[in-house]
Amino acid sequence: MRETAPRRARPVRPARGVLAVPAAALLGLTACGAQDTAGTGDGLSGELTVLAAASLTDVFTGIAGSFEEEHPGVDVTLSFAGSSELAQQINSGAPADVFASANTSTMAQVVQGEGLDSAWAAEHGENGLVFATNTLRIAVPPDNPAGIGSVADLAEDGVQVAFCAEDVPCGAATRTAMEASGVQVTPVTLEEDVRAVLTKVELGEVDAGLVYASDVIAADGRVEGLDFPEAEEAVNDYPIGVPATSEAPGLAAAFIDAVTSQTGSAVLDDAGFGTP
Amino acid sequence: MTTVTPRRGWRVRRVRSGRTPWILVVPAVVGVLFLVLPFAGLLVRAPWPTMGARVTDPAVLSALWLSLSTASAATAVSLLFGVPLAWLLARTRFPGRRFVRALVTVPLVIPPVVGGVALLLVLGRNGLVGRYLDAWFGLTLPFTPTAVVIAQVFVAMPFLVISVEGALRGADRRYEEAAATLGASRATVFARVTLPMVLPGIAAGAALCWARALGEFGATITFAGNFPGTTQTMPLAVYIAMQRDPEAAIVLSLVLLLVSLAVLVTLRERWVNAR
Repeated sequence: MRETAPRRARPVRPARGVLAVPAAALLGLTACGAQDTAGTGDGLSGELTVLAAASLTDVFTGIAGSFEEEHPGVDVTLSFAGSSELAQQINSGAPADVFASANTSTMAQVVQGEGLDSAWAAEHGENGLVFATNTLRIAVPPDNPAGIGSVADLAEDGVQVAFCAEDVPCGAATRTAMEASGVQVTPVTLEEDVRAVLTKVELGEVDAGLVYASDVIAADGRVEGLDFPEAEEAVNDYPIGVPATSEAPGLAAAFIDAVTSQTGSAVLDDAGFGTP
Repeated sequence: MTTVTPRRGWRVRRVRSGRTPWILVVPAVVGVLFLVLPFAGLLVRAPWPTMGARVTDPAVLSALWLSLSTASAATAVSLLFGVPLAWLLARTRFPGRRFVRALVTVPLVIPPVVGGVALLLVLGRNGLVGRYLDAWFGLTLPFTPTAVVIAQVFVAMPFLVISVEGALRGADRRYEEAAATLGASRATVFARVTLPMVLPGIAAGAALCWARALGEFGATITFAGNFPGTTQTMPLAVYIAMQRDPEAAIVLSLVLLLVSLAVLVTLRERWVNAR
């Protein structure tokens, strides 16, 4: 339903507010690139197509930009969409050199479908490599008009809450967390993805919503995030891998190394993700 | 074709080569296939063995009922406001009329999701108008069936207005003038002469409006949200189901397709072709 035309890494302009994160990454990676490969060049060149979960948009735009800076011969094309949509695309033969999914079950779809590149999988794992984690937080509008402090407050009369639909990964995580809390919350809406929940909170149309920690950071002050202990029950793993259909597995492996490098981890950390 | 007589020229030619020209038929068939094949795809991929159980699933029935009732309410609202609006556009002159006519057709061309965003920013709890509705009457529109109807009216009413305006322009004004010279007031002329005359146009417009409201997705999910039983109409249910269970989405799509087809075919036979 949603068109996701592949985007070139370079011209993508990150939204206002998140600009600082990729920019910092850019400087960081370029600096170390200059040290490590000063003048030598590592011979990496070619086209690289990266399919990544929508929640990784800001982070991967930054990392891909630095990766291109570091390897002038490399041209990275990024495509962001819902993980399951991307998995379907890969299994239907869409070109993909790197797949970064927002949950392990979606990566499993690709593993069972087209499979992962055998050489890469032998080194990093048959089911992909978990490179980031994301934890749910309660997002409230900046002045927290309904005075939300805990999960129990979400069940109060008159408190309007937005959740993700259970069919999408954040909805599944929400369900797990709410079951762990034992609180019966009836949301007013089940949104189609986590960013839609965030928007409803930002606009003040709901008093609270469950979103990922990374979404709270991306909102850049337009929402407040509250931690709640039950979120630990529903930590979401982000696996990455090289699909077997990749035509540039070497380049793909190098990109994944950049994602899992110290600099990559720092970018993820700044964006609100946890790193293993 | 060789027996064309010089005197009757092209007429004879036309009559004698009465066969349908393939140069038109081939593209037309391609066009029909293009429109029909996707539906054939739905039929082929449908999980027929479990169809009965899936269709009678309470969640499906509640989404279907919500769709039918909100689309009908949206059509009623559109008739209430759209017919007078069409009359104003077709039969009166006022400054900025052309601008108003252009405005009325805007929802036809903008993506419905844009309409949803606009509605949310105006009628939402923190919206331009919505904040006063909330403060003064404790009324919040988003996440209610009313919001679904509002979203549907926004995208569907132009279809009605355009149909009715067209009918009004095409109608013979002499009957109205006659009624007026016989002393009927403007309102009486409208109710007793104009309205019955353009009734088929109104009915066709209402059918289109209803069908468009039934299929409304973008404005609804943006403005009204998505909650089963309250705001989750069939198109929303299809979209959400597609994320995890494509088979369920196929079933829901087929149901929606059948309902729309049944109503459109019935209405067209009854109102449009009967003329």
